[in-house]
Amino acid sequence: MSELEKRIIEKAATLLAGGEIKRVVGWKKGEFIHDPSPATFETEESLKDFIYNDFCGANLSKYLIDIFKREGKTAVFLKPCDSYSFNQLVKEHRIKRENVYVVGIECHGKLANYKVEEKGITGITSEAHEGENVVFDTLYGKVTASREEVLLDRCLTCKGKKHVVADETVIINDYEDKVSDRFAMVRELEAMTAEERFAFWQGQLSKCIRCNACRNVCPACSCLKCVFDNPQSGIAAKANDDTFEEQLFHVIRAFHVSGRCTDCGECSRVCPQHIPLHLLNRKFIKDIDSLYGEYQAGEEAEGKTPLTSYTESDTEPNNVFTVTEGK
Amino acid sequence: MQKIGVFICWCGSNIAATVDVVRVAEEIKREPGVVYSADYQYMCSENGQQLIKNAIKEYGLTGIVIGSCSPRMHEATFRKAAESVGLNPYMVEVANLREQVSWIHKDKEEATEKALILVRTAIAKVRLNAPLKEGESPVVKRALVIGGGIAGIQAALDIAEAGYPVDIVEKNATIGGRMAQLDKTFPTLDCSACILTPKMVDCAQNEKIDILSYSEIEEVKGYVGNFSVKIRKKARYVDETKCTGCKICMTKCPSKKGLDEFNMNLKTRTAIHIPFAQAIPNVAVIDPEQCLKLKTGKCGICQKFCGAGAIDYTMKDSFIERQYGAIVVATGFKPIDLTAFNEYGYADNKDVVTSLELERLMNAAGPTNGVLLRPSDMTHPKVITFIQCVGSRDVSGCGKPYCSKICCMYTAKHAMLIREKYPDTEVHVFYIDVRTPGKNYDEFYRRAVEQYNVDYIKGMVGKVYNENGKLMVQGSDLLNNEQIVIPSDLVVLATAIEPEPSVRKIATLLTASIDTNNFLNESHPKLRPVESPTAGVYLAGVCQGPKDIPETVSQASACAAKVIGLLAKDKLKTNPCVASSNEMMCNGCSQCANVCAYGAITYVDKEFRLGGGKTEIRRVASVNPAVCQGCGACTVTCPSGAMDLSGFSSKQIMSEVEAICKK
Amino acid sequence: MQEVNNFTPNIVAFCCNWCSYAGADLAGSSRLSYPANVKIIRVPCSCRVNPMFVLKAFQQGADGVILCGCHPGDCHYVTGNYYTRRRMSLLFSFLNYMGIEKERTRVEWVSAAEGAKFSEVMNDFVAKVTALGENKRLQDLRVKEE
Repeated sequence: MSELEKRIIEKAATLLAGGEIKRVVGWKKGEFIHDPSPATFETEESLKDFIYNDFCGANLSKYLIDIFKREGKTAVFLKPCDSYSFNQLVKEHRIKRENVYVVGIECHGKLANYKVEEKGITGITSEAHEGENVVFDTLYGKVTASREEVLLDRCLTCKGKKHVVADETVIINDYEDKVSDRFAMVRELEAMTAEERFAFWQGQLSKCIRCNACRNVCPACSCLKCVFDNPQSGIAAKANDDTFEEQLFHVIRAFHVSGRCTDCGECSRVCPQHIPLHLLNRKFIKDIDSLYGEYQAGEEAEGKTPLTSYTESDTEPNNVFTVTEGK
Repeated sequence: MQKIGVFICWCGSNIAATVDVVRVAEEIKREPGVVYSADYQYMCSENGQQLIKNAIKEYGLTGIVIGSCSPRMHEATFRKAAESVGLNPYMVEVANLREQVSWIHKDKEEATEKALILVRTAIAKVRLNAPLKEGESPVVKRALVIGGGIAGIQAALDIAEAGYPVDIVEKNATIGGRMAQLDKTFPTLDCSACILTPKMVDCAQNEKIDILSYSEIEEVKGYVGNFSVKIRKKARYVDETKCTGCKICMTKCPSKKGLDEFNMNLKTRTAIHIPFAQAIPNVAVIDPEQCLKLKTGKCGICQKFCGAGAIDYTMKDSFIERQYGAIVVATGFKPIDLTAFNEYGYADNKDVVTSLELERLMNAAGPTNGVLLRPSDMTHPKVITFIQCVGSRDVSGCGKPYCSKICCMYTAKHAMLIREKYPDTEVHVFYIDVRTPGKNYDEFYRRAVEQYNVDYIKGMVGKVYNENGKLMVQGSDLLNNEQIVIPSDLVVLATAIEPEPSVRKIATLLTASIDTNNFLNESHPKLRPVESPTAGVYLAGVCQGPKDIPETVSQASACAAKVIGLLAKDKLKTNPCVASSNEMMCNGCSQCANVCAYGAITYVDKEFRLGGGKTEIRRVASVNPAVCQGCGACTVTCPSGAMDLSGFSSKQIMSEVEAICKK
Repeated sequence: MQEVNNFTPNIVAFCCNWCSYAGADLAGSSRLSYPANVKIIRVPCSCRVNPMFVLKAFQQGADGVILCGCHPGDCHYVTGNYYTRRRMSLLFSFLNYMGIEKERTRVEWVSAAEGAKFSEVMNDFVAKVTALGENKRLQDLRVKEE
């Protein structure tokens, strides 16, 4: 057990013992070290299953939409990037801030299971960051991989170690914020021809099996009833029956979360087909930044989003391409 | 089962010459749901309408499509015809076969094909139409006027004249506003007080008018016909019902160093005071920042001397809540703050004054009793230089981009009055342009130049500085192409005007839209200039844009006419094509309210049954149909599609799209 | 000259009731022609146009989609078209990013007095879409005949 994990579990125990907090939301051990899942803990006893390691990528903020309504106060452990989602949900009145006790916790980047697997690293018993590497203790010995190779894509362009909301924090190591260009891939795509872009997205989106994992995990996609399940919307569809529908689904989904997406990257993390869905949202984010000024959803817990505000001198739609194509 | 009737109009030969109307009517019969189809020469004619009515009755039609001219032309006609025989008027759709087909296409085959597509599209829509009913809402027959300047006074008098009760809420202790501070008015040079004060008195004496002075709007709820307004009556520490206006308190008050706002701080006043001699109500007010009793607890002299027993140091702000059918905003203006304009030396030189300050210096009731003396040493200024456009037409960011509109005229007035009264005075005016549109305005300005020999210099002033007690005005003379310096005794800045800052809060309370300069937006710049986009809210005076007294008064009367027209109705009909939220799907995320220009959307916590005896409280959007104008902005903001628009529902538009694209 | 392109595109035009639909009416009453393959859907305000409608049109076989509304600042509903402007800017830029030719989507502000502009815009738009050819990237192939 790492020092950080120990401190977090101790914190959870203290909070539960205090009486005011009725439950804590955290991660629960799975069968293996690499399959923890989000869970609620109501007793100190149940904390024996609590886990916090580099496989705990799940963003817990969305679970609070339902959990905060339960009686008494709920505590939640949020990584820096998760705290943006939490704020955004508070802004949209989906979570009552006063019902939740937020503990901000340290994160140094989470691991992508499929990348670890692809590297042939199995039988992991523990893992730790060491400089630019991640060192795995496995049943078959020590294996070292570079962070680049095994971290989730979103963590490679981490948006910072700052919590935008927290009642208290559990942070041991003060990692330096590494500045990286999260729009590099978007730019690469923008530089392609329309044909090439279409081919890229057709290749990616044709892998989509409409499992709805992206939708279900996305903190911005939290509608009571999704528009794709609403017969009044005119676009309700349960499954893909042609090549266009997954595009339709993903375009609409990206549009619906535009201006609200905090770029938490959960969509790409959970996609079983490894479609880089975050590249869709990042295009909207990049365009919003360049057209309407830098905006980070979730930075504030109140105010309007770029799509629910305007200025009289906004760029005209027909001139947008010259801006967004970076010309 | 729906029974749809289709009626194809020839419009004489307007449609029939280019569209094979008979073929359209024939082919359309095969469309699912269509039970009747006909063509006729003029559907809008008496006979044509009869044909429609007969078919509705005979075939029991549940929806009709008219293929004719633009719906902007005759949709209302056909709706009325349908309604007269019991078919809901919103079960009528029009396919535009004239403006969109026959008039722009020449090839008959092509035009007929397009006509068929447009009629099918209308059928696709009407299949999904739902009968809609216009709502009704009652009208409270009382008006509120916010602001008691000339605009508010005129509007209130006109509304009261028509027999409706009206309240004036004025934040200052007296009504009268800016006009009360003016000396003479252009272009007639009559005394401002002489024409304003009788109107103030009329207000006070009119039993339909209730003046709530020293009061502010605290909260506004409701909508057109039905506003509920909470008004804060600020503590004036003097009982309005008892004070007789005898002013004995003012002669006894020991705290005499207060700045007299009415005299633009050029004079001092006592802590307890009546703003000016003709104040309405003629009741004293105590400045709590200045009153010794209120600040230190020691004094109480005014109470001792007040024969009426009107002084009450324990008075607190009180609140009243009243209902109104209509609201007139007439909050007026103030000159802009000149601190950012160092070049004119306003802050450093007492003898650099604003035009409004000059009004007071020239006013018989002002600090100098009407004798023009300069503030620094109370001597007659011999050389006076006026500087135009101070902060107006200024795109540097310091001032305002707009023209303040009144300055050219009042400067001509000042120059003329000075030259008239003190012919030995030299008067210069630096100007960018002289703008004098208006009845007798240019003639007025020309009199200043020609008859009174006012020296107009085209050019801007770069700097005003003090040199041995003289104000040196350094500027350019563009016509003579030279730089000049005029040593002056008094410099007058034609200061830009801006909306009274409190209008921002009022606009928010009323959900009335406001522009980047804080002027309230009108509903249409040409055709609805006195209406705010928020129904039931009207705009008078400078709160809407810079204007002079005659314009302000006309606008106020126009507002009154609108208000009277509204209050004359017992009930208001509401547009049924409004948004509504499906509560079962609404997330309560508040995005829709952010884009509603009318404040029609509110949120309520509502209890929902979950089954198994359990309930859940959820926040859901609720649209007030009397306020919603039916634009649909909210429907697109709503990610779940819970918000939809009657008459233009998502499903209807989707079905139109499908019908058009069908190959 | 040889006819190289026999293709006639199908164009869906969303027009706001107060300005652009009236502008189209004026084009009609001024007999300013534009191609018959432009079909207009009347909406109260351009801000009523949901991106889903645009995508649905493409899915169902439209080759181009154009939105027309009042000029910014002149919206009948005060601010509606300001939201349209942001929404459609982002949507069209996004569709371009997905590889949809940007000439297939367009927003134009047409006032009730601009019949000539309406006709010009439609002629120009149709010409551009015709040059591109059929929209194959964004459609549901089931709706096609053959």
